[in-house]
Amino acid sequence: MTGRISRRTALTGGAGIALGAASLGVLPLFGTPDRQQDPATCTTPDLSERQARLVVSNWPGYIDEDDDGYVSTLTDFQKRTGIDVSYTADVNDNLEFFAKVVNQLGSCQSSKRDLFMLTDWMAARMIQVGWIQPLDAAKVPNLHANLIDSLRGIGWDPDRTYSAPWQSGLTGIAYNKSKVGEVRSFEELLSRPDLKGRVSLLTEMRDTMGLIMLSQGADPADFDEDDWDNALDRLRKARNDGQIRAFTGNEYIQDLAAGNVLACEAWSGDVAAAEDENLVFVAPEEGQMIWSDNMLIPNLAEHQANAEEWINYYYDPEVAAKLAAYVWYICPVKGAQEAMEKVDPSLVENPLIFPTTESLATTHSFMALEEFQIRAYEGDFADVTGG
Amino acid sequence: MRGRWTGYWLILPAALWLGVFFVIPFYSLLATSLYDPEGSVLTGYDVTYHVANFVDAIEEFWRPLLRSLWYAGVATVICLVLGYVLAYAIAFKAGRWRTLLLVLVVAPFFTSFLIRTLSWKLILADDGFIVDALQTVHLMGDDDRLLATPVAVIAGLVYNFLPFMVLPLYASLEKIDHRLIEASSDLYASPSRGFWKVTLPLSMPGVVGGTLLTFIPAAGDYINAELLGSPNQRMVGNVIQELFTSTGDYAAAGALSVILMVIIVALVMVYIRKAGTEELV
Repeated sequence: MTGRISRRTALTGGAGIALGAASLGVLPLFGTPDRQQDPATCTTPDLSERQARLVVSNWPGYIDEDDDGYVSTLTDFQKRTGIDVSYTADVNDNLEFFAKVVNQLGSCQSSKRDLFMLTDWMAARMIQVGWIQPLDAAKVPNLHANLIDSLRGIGWDPDRTYSAPWQSGLTGIAYNKSKVGEVRSFEELLSRPDLKGRVSLLTEMRDTMGLIMLSQGADPADFDEDDWDNALDRLRKARNDGQIRAFTGNEYIQDLAAGNVLACEAWSGDVAAAEDENLVFVAPEEGQMIWSDNMLIPNLAEHQANAEEWINYYYDPEVAAKLAAYVWYICPVKGAQEAMEKVDPSLVENPLIFPTTESLATTHSFMALEEFQIRAYEGDFADVTGG
Repeated sequence: MRGRWTGYWLILPAALWLGVFFVIPFYSLLATSLYDPEGSVLTGYDVTYHVANFVDAIEEFWRPLLRSLWYAGVATVICLVLGYVLAYAIAFKAGRWRTLLLVLVVAPFFTSFLIRTLSWKLILADDGFIVDALQTVHLMGDDDRLLATPVAVIAGLVYNFLPFMVLPLYASLEKIDHRLIEASSDLYASPSRGFWKVTLPLSMPGVVGGTLLTFIPAAGDYINAELLGSPNQRMVGNVIQELFTSTGDYAAAGALSVILMVIIVALVMVYIRKAGTEELV
């Protein structure tokens, strides 16, 4: 080729430039819209009077099931109220569920659900962007009468106007007692030499950072930038020292049982469900994080009154005891412990279902974050947990 | 007249398929990389042609980016050595076992990628037999481990992508005319000289194909780093995944994806050009 531009090259080049320019014009079509909605205007008439239906989405393995002779709370609810419940276990992950409904709820379209259960921070996020309908307090008297004290007055929904806890759980420490001596505090996880490289922490930012803040004397429910930076530095140091082997989701329990990990940050329910006598769940000395999965009624739910009836039903102490005896999570309902005498006396004193007042007093929750904070904090956290 | 259009009609199904499943997602990715970084999933993202996203992404994530290319490169070289020996043996020495051996090479695909990678966790576990054996012979200290190290991640990559190396290599080796190798020895070439001057050059299409099929997916892989590595082994795929799902930073995730794509395309073009002119041999 000489310096002369051939006709062919010129044509190809011209076409390329034209295509490039056209492409740039097409790109804005792929933007994403604002997702803020107003629950006061994004509503639909309640069909509960005419339609005895209710569509519920929940996490898997989170409700009792009929078993010859045993009548589940769900069946009992349908019998008592005549409401036909379509119950689906299609919530596997908060963010995944968020992605499932963001296009509908974010543009004021029906999510085709009347009730779903999401963890505190995601519930807070959805309430904040106006996707969730307020509950009619007159229709959920049991909720306001029987909700345990530790779950009242939380930052993102102080009067439980929008949310009703379904079950709660604790985030603390677990260790394998066949492999290592007792681990008492979160600080030990981050610093004890015999645990070096054999510790895993959770990728759930709020749990991990909450526990670190607690170990530094800060309050995860009300912290400032300095508290956050200090906690982040502590985590970075532990990571750079090689103390931490992995940041994990649910799978940490296998590594703990296999001995790859000797001690880790853990969720109470997992440890109970693992049914391995060597695995011990400990409330860290500094305090532990408590979280709940919350029942929420989304905008455009067609059976709001039925959903409220469901919430009210599950806040009946006897129903709550029956459910707790099956799922082994913390029961958020006052009076359920007494009712448990009749359901299963062996569980009345079970600290995973009915933590004592003293141990509940050591629980903390994570403060609600604004959208820009979520991004900044999740980003900071990912920088440390990631490469 | 009909004959003139036949070609276009035959192209149409593939063109439609590519249009829907390649061109549109490609534009969507490109648009994402040019989002206004001040946006969020909830407040929405606008395409503001914010080119600085690319600079920011490189500044912030150059480490996992380089690590991905490094791990993928090492894995590709190991795959090439292991794969060449295996493909050579199957093509020239296996005789009637050839078909069986080929089936065995493909056999891992009958199990899910995820399950296979997870089973490496058992093999390399701290209390597993490999670590125990290496510790007994003092090749590893008592506190050393394999899991959650670069060794585990690269081993996982090699294992998972080895068949992609072996198959193209086998295909080129198998086509080689044996008489050419005989001719080289008739011309007094030693067996090794015959290999370097005849067999290897003739198998170059397989080498190029195999390395590309290994390097490209390995550089974008995140499962191996996720399951077998620790935070210090995070690859660029893990970062992109995290930016999209947990951080919700679409602009950075999009920019990083485009950067990875451009780097890989550039590397591949240089490589093919060199390999095509046989400078690599």
